[in-house]
Amino acid sequence: MQFMLLFSRQGKLRLQKWYVPLCDKEKKKITRELVQTVLARKPKMCSFLEWRDLKIVYKRYASLYFCCAIEDQDNELITLEIIHRYVELLDKYFGSVCELDIIFNFEKAYFILDEFLLGGEAQETSKKNVLKAIEQADLLQEEAETPRSVLEEIGLT
Amino acid sequence: MSDVVEKTLTALPGLFDSQTGAAKITNRLRQLVKSITELTSKHEEENLIKQELCAMKEQVSSPNTSMKQMREIMVRAMYCEMLGYDASFTYIHAIKLAQQGGVLEKRVGYLAVSLFLNEGHELLLLLVNTVLKDLQSTNLIEACMALTVVAQVFPKDMIPAVLPLVEDKLSHPKEIIRRKAVLALYKFYLIAPNQVQHIHGKFRKALSDRDPGVMASSLHIYLQLIRESPDSYKDLTGSFVTILKQVLGGKLPVDFNYHSVPAPWLQIQLLRILSLLGKEDQSTSELMYEVLDESLRRAEMNHNITYAILYECVKAVYTIHPKVELLEKAARCIGNFVLSPKINLKYLGLKALTYVVQHDAKLALQHQMTIIECLDHSDFTIKRETLELLFRITNAQNVTVIVEKMLDFLRGCNDEHTIIHLVGKVSELAEKFAPDNSWFIQTMNCVFSIGGDLLQQDVPNNFLRLLAEGSESKEEDDQLRLYAVESYLTVLKGHTSHLPQCFLQVMSWVLGEYAHLQGSVDRREVIRLLTQLLDQRSVSSETRVWILSALTKIPEGQTDLILDLAERLASSQDTVLRQQAQELQHLSQDSQLHEWVLPRGAPWDAIEVDSSLSFLDGFVSEALAAGAAPYKPPHQRQEELCEDRALNLEPYSFSLPVSLSSCSITDRQSPTLLSVSSGLSGNSTELSQKAGSSTLILEGVKRVWGKDGYLPQKEATAPLVDEPSAAVQPPVQQEAAERTEPRPELSTRNQDKQQLASSLFVGLGVGSSVSLLGKSEAPPPRFRKKPRPHESSSSSGTSEKSSDSSCRSSHNTTDSFLYGSFLEEEPATSKSAFDHTPKSTTANGLSQNKDTKEDKHTNTSQIFGGDMVIVRPSTIQDKHPPSESSDLTALLPADLKDLPHSDVISLTSDPSLSLSSCRLFRDEALLLLIFISNCTETVIKDIAVQLTCEELKTASLRGNIVDCLEARSTSVCHYALLMDDPHTNVSFTGTVSYQTQPGHTNTLPFSGTLSTADFIRPLVLTTEEYGKLWLSLSHDVKQNLKLLTDAGDPLRTTLNALKDALQLHVVDIIGSEGIVACRLLSSAPCLLHCRVSGAALVMWLRSPHPALPDCILYHCQRALAHR
Repeated sequence: MQFMLLFSRQGKLRLQKWYVPLCDKEKKKITRELVQTVLARKPKMCSFLEWRDLKIVYKRYASLYFCCAIEDQDNELITLEIIHRYVELLDKYFGSVCELDIIFNFEKAYFILDEFLLGGEAQETSKKNVLKAIEQADLLQEEAETPRSVLEEIGLT
Repeated sequence: MSDVVEKTLTALPGLFDSQTGAAKITNRLRQLVKSITELTSKHEEENLIKQELCAMKEQVSSPNTSMKQMREIMVRAMYCEMLGYDASFTYIHAIKLAQQGGVLEKRVGYLAVSLFLNEGHELLLLLVNTVLKDLQSTNLIEACMALTVVAQVFPKDMIPAVLPLVEDKLSHPKEIIRRKAVLALYKFYLIAPNQVQHIHGKFRKALSDRDPGVMASSLHIYLQLIRESPDSYKDLTGSFVTILKQVLGGKLPVDFNYHSVPAPWLQIQLLRILSLLGKEDQSTSELMYEVLDESLRRAEMNHNITYAILYECVKAVYTIHPKVELLEKAARCIGNFVLSPKINLKYLGLKALTYVVQHDAKLALQHQMTIIECLDHSDFTIKRETLELLFRITNAQNVTVIVEKMLDFLRGCNDEHTIIHLVGKVSELAEKFAPDNSWFIQTMNCVFSIGGDLLQQDVPNNFLRLLAEGSESKEEDDQLRLYAVESYLTVLKGHTSHLPQCFLQVMSWVLGEYAHLQGSVDRREVIRLLTQLLDQRSVSSETRVWILSALTKIPEGQTDLILDLAERLASSQDTVLRQQAQELQHLSQDSQLHEWVLPRGAPWDAIEVDSSLSFLDGFVSEALAAGAAPYKPPHQRQEELCEDRALNLEPYSFSLPVSLSSCSITDRQSPTLLSVSSGLSGNSTELSQKAGSSTLILEGVKRVWGKDGYLPQKEATAPLVDEPSAAVQPPVQQEAAERTEPRPELSTRNQDKQQLASSLFVGLGVGSSVSLLGKSEAPPPRFRKKPRPHESSSSSGTSEKSSDSSCRSSHNTTDSFLYGSFLEEEPATSKSAFDHTPKSTTANGLSQNKDTKEDKHTNTSQIFGGDMVIVRPSTIQDKHPPSESSDLTALLPADLKDLPHSDVISLTSDPSLSLSSCRLFRDEALLLLIFISNCTETVIKDIAVQLTCEELKTASLRGNIVDCLEARSTSVCHYALLMDDPHTNVSFTGTVSYQTQPGHTNTLPFSGTLSTADFIRPLVLTTEEYGKLWLSLSHDVKQNLKLLTDAGDPLRTTLNALKDALQLHVVDIIGSEGIVACRLLSSAPCLLHCRVSGAALVMWLRSPHPALPDCILYHCQRALAHR
C-alpha cells in the first residue's frame, strides 16, 4: 500500500498515512486531487479507480471516506477488506465509532493503524491481538498519567 | 462546515466526560477544533491557525513547558499539519519528546516523527540514539514503539546502526516484538537489499515461527524475494503448500478468522507466492494443484473476502503450468465475477479476463455481451478496464472497431494519465494491424489531435520514421505518404487554431518532405497554408521552426511567395526564425544550392550530415592562432562554474539554454536521420521541458476537432476484412462516398449490440485462438511490410522461418532511438547473446591490452595477416546432425573456439539446406559464421555463399565456396566484418546457391541483423589516460538516462548492466561519478562519463567519431530499458 487517507464528505482530511516518501507539496497535491475525484463519484459506482499509475480503493462509512492507494498487481478486494477491518478495529476501540471520535482522538486512530498496518503491509490481522497491543500501551499511559495529573491538578490547575 | 460535526458538537461535553484521561490531553485540541468549526470562511481559518501556531511557537521555546504540555502541543501541531499548515518548527521538538519523555510522551513523539518526517529528512539523524536506547529497553512498549518507527521512516544510511539490534529481536520471547522486527527487516530489504543479505537464514526461522502472526509477516519478505528470483526458493514450495493447507483446514486460532473465513490475508499472500513459484515450472506446479483446487472449492460463501481469495486463486491457476481441470474451474469462477450484479466484482471479473485472455482468448467470447454492456457503462473505471481487455484481443479483423471505441472514449476523457496511456495503445494497434493506408493515417490524425502535446515524444517520432523509412516497395510507401499529404492539406484548410503543436509539427514535416508527390495540388496552396500557420499566435516558436523547415524544402519556382515570407520574417523578434528566413531567402534564389543542400527524393539514410561541422575547422584554427580561447561546450562551461562554487547541489544539465530550434536548423532532416535525431535526443531535457511548458499553456483547450471535422466518421458496422493495400482514393471522393453511405438503421438496441459483438469478437473463434495469444507471439506483419522475396517459397519450414525474419525486420524499422514497446518483442537471441560475451571478452581485452596500447596498428595488421595465412582451401566438415542448432558451436574452427560467441540462431532453411549463424567477437572484427547444413541424404555440390551488407566492410572470408557437402553434414563459412561508420542496426542479406543435381542450381536467400553492440569492444585504460583522451576528443553528446535504483548502489548497478550489455570497460567509479570506455572494434574510442543526478544518470559521451556516441547512447538506453 502506498498511502491511506481518511476524509470527510466535505473534503476535510481526517487522517493521512504515507508509506512512500514524498515531499509535502506532492502529498498536498495528491490529497487535493484524490479528494476531488473520489467525492465526484456516484454512490453506485465501483470502489476502484485508476489514478496515475496507481489503483485507488475507497469506501465510504457514514460521513467518512477511507481511501487507499495500491499498486497495480495488488488485490483490490482484499484492500477493501483491510479498510473494513480497520473500521471494525476503530469501532471496537471507541465503541461505535463516529467521525468525531476520529477528529478528537486522531492520535489514537493512528496508533491503531500502526498496530494493524506497518510499512504499508498488514502486520496483524487478528482483531484481538491488535486491540490487546493498544490496550497494553493505553494501560501504561493511564498508570503513568494518574500520579502526574494528580500532582498537576494540585500545583497547576 | 459539516452539519454532522455541528450537530454532534453540542453533545461534546458528555462525550469527553466519559474519557477523562484522554479528554484532558485533547482539551486544547478540542477548543481548536471547535473554534475552527464555528468559522465560516477559509480566510478566518487561516488567521486562527496562524494565531494558534504563534502561540505554540512561543510555548515550545519556553523552558517552563512540561513534557505533558509538549505532548499536547504536538497533538495540535499534527492537527494543523493535517489541515495543510506548516508547523515545521515543532519537528525538532517531536524528536525531543521521543527522546526525553516518559512512555506516553514518547508514544506521541514517535507518532509525530513518523508523520512529520519522511525518509529523506535530515533531522532523523538526531533520532538514532533514541531508537537505539529504546530498542535495548526492557520495557516492551518502548521496544515496540522503536520498532514501529524503524519500520516506517528509517533512512538507508542509518540502517547499519540499528540492524544488529533489530536482528536480535527475531529471537525475542514476545511474538509482537518478533513480528515487528520481521516487518522492520522487510522494510530494510526494500530500501537496501544488500544490507540484510546475511540474515536470509533467519527469515526461514521466522517462516517456521510458532506464532502465526510472525509467520504471516515473514511472507511479505518471501513474496518480495521470490518475485526477484523464484528459482532460489523452489525448495520452499512444499512448506508454503502445507501452510496453505493448514490455513484452509482451519488450523489457525479463531481470531484470525475474518467473517468466518480463515486468515484471508495469509491465504492471499500464499497464493501469490505459489503462483510466482509455479510460473513456467511444471514440476513445482504439480505440487500445488491439489491445494489450489481445494482453495477454489472452499471459497464458496458469497462475501467479498471469498471473492478476493478466488480472484487470487484464478490468477494463480492461470499463471502456473496449466492443468485443464483447474483451468475449467477457474474459468467458471471468472464467469461468476463477470456476471455478478455487484459492480466491484464485475470490475475484478474484467480485470481477470484481461489477464486470462492472453492465455485463452476464447474466454472473452463467452462473455461478449457483458463486455459490450460494460463498454457503455456509466462508470469510467469499468469502461477503461473494458478497453484494456479489448486491447488484448485486438487482431487485424477487429482493429477498426476497437480503435474506434478507444477513440470515442478518449474524446470524452480529460484525465491526462488515461489519455497518454490509451493514445499510446491506439497508435500501437494502428501500426500493428492497420488494414489500409487511409485508416492508418486517419487514426494517427486522431491520435495526434486527441493526445496532442501530452503524447510521449516517441509516438510522433515512430510515425515519421515509419513514413520516412517505408517498406521495400516504393510504390506502397508513396501511396501512404501521398495519402498523408492529402489528409493534412484537408486538415489545414479547416480550422487550425486549436490543433496541438505536435500535430502541426508532424503535418509540416510530412508536407515539406512529400508534398511533391501530390501532382494535382498547387504548390502555392501548400505554401499558403503553411504560411498561414506561421501567422497564428497559438503556434509555438518550436513549431514555427518546423514549419519554416518544411517551407524551405518546398519552394521550387515559387520564389515570389517565399521571398515575401522571408522578408516578413527578417524583422522577427525571434533570432532563430530570422536566421531561417535568411537561409530560406538564399536557398530559394539559388536552385543549385538548394538541390545540393536538400536533395529531393534521396533515400533517408543516404544524406550525410556533418554534425561535427568540420568545414569550420579552418576558421577555428585561424581563430585559435589569433589567440581566441578554445571552445567549450555549454555544459562544460556550466560544470566548471559549478566546480568553482563550493556546493553543487543542482544538476547542471537543466539550465542549458541550448534550444531545440537551433538544433533543427543545422539538421533540417532531423526526424528521418538517426544520427541527428539522437542529436536531438541529446537535448531531451530541454525537449521535455518544452513539452512540459506547452502542455501547461494548452491545458483547457477544447479538443473538439476530429469529432465531426474533416474526419469521416467511420461507423463500424461490419467486420472489416483484412485486405492489405487497398487502393487509395482521393480523399475528397472518399469522404463524399462515406458521407452518402447510408448508416444501417437498426431496429432494436439489442440488435445493435449483437452487431457490435460480432465485429468486436471477430477472429476470436476456436481455430484462430492460437494466433491471438497475441503479445507473447510475434505480431502478424503490418500492412506496409512488403513480403520478403523468399517468403513465397513453398516449403512449410521456410515460410515459418521467413515470417520470423520478416517480423524481425519490421522491428528494425519501427525501433526508434526512443525505445518503444517494440523492443520487448525483440527476438531473445540477441540479448542472450550478449550475456555470453562480456567476461571472456574483457579478459581478452585485458590480456591483449598491453600490446594493443603499444601499437594498435601493427597488432591489427598482424592479426589480419595471420588470418590471411590461415585461409585454407578446404572447409571444416563434421558429421554432426544439423538439427540441434546448439551443437553447431562444436563445429567452430579450432582457432576460434576460445573466442566469446553468441548463440546460434537459425537464418533460413529449405528442404535441402538449413542455414544458421553465430557471431564471434574478436577484438578487431566481428566474425559472422554461417553454418550450412545438408538436410538431405544426398551430396550437395557447388555451394556458394554470397553475403552483402552495404554498411559493413568484409575484411576476410573463408569457406564461402564448398565443392561438395556430404549428406547430413555441416560446413562453416565465416566473414570477418568491420564497421567503419557506426550504425545502430545493420542488416545483411545474402544468398546461397547450390546444386542437388548437376546442372540444376537452386538458390536460398537469407538475411539477418547485426547491431553496433556487436562491434563494441572494451577499451582498457587508466584514469589518467582517460583524462588525457577525454580532453582530446571533440564530438560529444549528453543525455539523461534511467538509473537502475533497485539495488543498493544504483550507479554501480547501472554501469554493470551497461557493461554486461555492451562490453564496456568501467575505468573507475568515484563517488557518484563513473568513467567508462569502449571503442568501435579497434578503431574509434568512445569515452563515457556518468554521473548520478537525482533519479537519473547523466551520461556524457565523447568520441572522435561523430556518430559513435549516438549509437552507444542508443544501445545504453535499450540495455537499461530491458532491465
